[in-house]
Amino acid sequence: MDWQIAGFLAVDGFTSGAIYALLALALVLVFSVTRIILVPLGELMVYAGVTLALLGHDRVPATGALLLAMGVACFALELWEARRGTTPRRLALAAVKFLALPLALLLITRWAAPRALPLPLDMALTTLLIVPMGPMLYRIVFQPMAEASTLVLLIVSVATHFALTGLGLVMFGPEGWSAAPLWDASFDLAGVPLSGQSLAIWASSLLLMLALYLFFSRTLPGKALRAVAVNRLGARLIGVGSAQAGRLTFTLATAIVTACGMLAAPLTALTYDGGFVIALKGFIGAIIGGLVGYPLAAAGALLVGLLEAFASFWASSYKEVIVFTLVLPVLLWRSLASHGRHHDDEEEE
Amino acid sequence: MLQHCRKLALAGLAALAITTAQAADTVKVGVSISATGPAASLGIPTKQVIDILPDTLGGLPAQYIVLDDATDASTAAKNGRRFVDEGVDVIIGSNTVPTSLALSAIAVETKTPQLGLSLAAPRPEHLTWVFSLPQTVDVMNSKLFADMKKRGVKRLAFIGFTGGYGDVWLHDIEPRAKRDGIELVSVQRYERTDQSVAGQVLRILAAKPDAVFIGGSGTPGVLPMRELKARGFKGLIYQNHGMANNDVLRLAGDQANGMILPTGPVLVAEGLPDDHPSKPVALAFLKLYEGKYGPGSRDNFAGYAYDAYLLLDKAVQQARQSAKPGTAEFRQALRDALENTKELAVTHGVINMSPTQHAGFDQRAAVMITVENGRWKVLD
Repeated sequence: MDWQIAGFLAVDGFTSGAIYALLALALVLVFSVTRIILVPLGELMVYAGVTLALLGHDRVPATGALLLAMGVACFALELWEARRGTTPRRLALAAVKFLALPLALLLITRWAAPRALPLPLDMALTTLLIVPMGPMLYRIVFQPMAEASTLVLLIVSVATHFALTGLGLVMFGPEGWSAAPLWDASFDLAGVPLSGQSLAIWASSLLLMLALYLFFSRTLPGKALRAVAVNRLGARLIGVGSAQAGRLTFTLATAIVTACGMLAAPLTALTYDGGFVIALKGFIGAIIGGLVGYPLAAAGALLVGLLEAFASFWASSYKEVIVFTLVLPVLLWRSLASHGRHHDDEEEE
Repeated sequence: MLQHCRKLALAGLAALAITTAQAADTVKVGVSISATGPAASLGIPTKQVIDILPDTLGGLPAQYIVLDDATDASTAAKNGRRFVDEGVDVIIGSNTVPTSLALSAIAVETKTPQLGLSLAAPRPEHLTWVFSLPQTVDVMNSKLFADMKKRGVKRLAFIGFTGGYGDVWLHDIEPRAKRDGIELVSVQRYERTDQSVAGQVLRILAAKPDAVFIGGSGTPGVLPMRELKARGFKGLIYQNHGMANNDVLRLAGDQANGMILPTGPVLVAEGLPDDHPSKPVALAFLKLYEGKYGPGSRDNFAGYAYDAYLLLDKAVQQARQSAKPGTAEFRQALRDALENTKELAVTHGVINMSPTQHAGFDQRAAVMITVENGRWKVLD
């Protein structure tokens, strides 16, 4: 292997690594605030990628109808809770949020899909269609059981993953979809070919991470989320509701994976069941970061991407084995480290 | 409450009466297909064919019990048990090698004929009761390697799915290449869900092959082809018949042009020579299938399902003369009739079964095709 091949593989590894990193960030974000390991993030990513691809092929994506269906379910839940008394204003607000807006989006999608709109408009429409699914998913599935144990939340999360995969098959069919590249260019960096799409992926990932950093360090909602992550009860005492925090977290996480899906869609054919494995690699990155630290999770995900690229060159049959085995020494080291710490605690007591 | 119970009991009796009336002389067919899971692209067309089949088999009324096995072997086995409880006369399915094998074990145990829809030929220990529709890898690869020889391929590289599907192709290609004097210069594997095969393609290019064979199926098989072309590979690209569907053309666009693959005749029925025995059968089937599911919806797996129907239709005609459906004698007679199938023209070729050959297609079941301007084109 000469340096040119190494450079080529590094470019490839950083490209998929950047996508895994975004997924890892979304996973850490959701876990730290709500204690949910959000397995269906991969499906939401595929929904976004395929929606963009379908709009690019001038077809109507079924995700518009799904959004409306989810909205109706949310509204029904609101009505159910309104038994115990509510204000007309609150109900009207819910009707606008869960019925009127999704319906409007559905109509816009129907109108826009057959027209060959420029890529940025397709991307904007995709974002509007997919991002609200996050908080709606939280409202329907997780909010009613927010106080359940981490294990129960995980089981429900896995069930949601299967449900969304099945819906994906119904909406998109069994075969894969691929979108047009964001930036169809090619550069030569000292003999190593560099595609515009890779650059677009790196730039968008960096921008998103920077935005996330600013959100958490500079804005009030960001600080509130951090408060919930540190101490749920304490945060509630000072007026940060956990349902509110959950919805906001799901919105953010879905926005991140929507970007992921739109960035990954030009790379390969996204199939209805392909999101899980991609999200799993992000999860490994997050595990390396201990599911708490954002920079560590992103670094871990980049490591997964690099390892994957080099493994596919050296031993392609064992690529997945190599990547997923990485989690073993990390878990061992982490559990040993935490075991030592517990030991110290006990001695102090 | 008592009233209610009586009503229920009456309803139950009525239902029972209907089932028994139906059971008399009805041929029951258990169909297990992979309509969801990784092989959904194969299972869905299969199901679509079952939905439009006539409701008779060999002149007797037919009842199809269709179950989804989610591309999972243990679910397929569960489906098989259910078929046995329902007293089916024959089992059709499933679409993948592991799911079909799970059904084969049950077919042999309960002495029920099975018509498999997966790439693998029946195993010797299952041979008595198991038949298989799709062209074996052997039939397809003989045609493919004849083409390679004609074009003077000396160095071949392989890239295929990790796991069963890739293995099926690789295990046939390795000895065949050796026999034909073709050097297998690089063997690479990738996952269906991979976003990139850059590493594998670099290794292939470094080995300087004349041709690359891609052992993938459906749209995920497009990725290596796209990457090879993006890296400037100028040699031949061979695909397999798992790639012969219109979603592949849609996804690959211009990059599909020039790829060479074997397929069943049903995909290119219009382009077949007039004396090809499958041409009229395939055209009739396409009229039925595309009439229902739209032009261009044709698919090899839809063809296999229809061929299973044609094969059964013929065999039931013979078996009904010696026994009644629903009995062990009928299943035995059906098995014998299937094994005696001779020169039956179906959409994918001509079937000849024998006690030693239960995957009955020969070279007439394979056509070499390529893609020209985004359309399938017969090469021969």
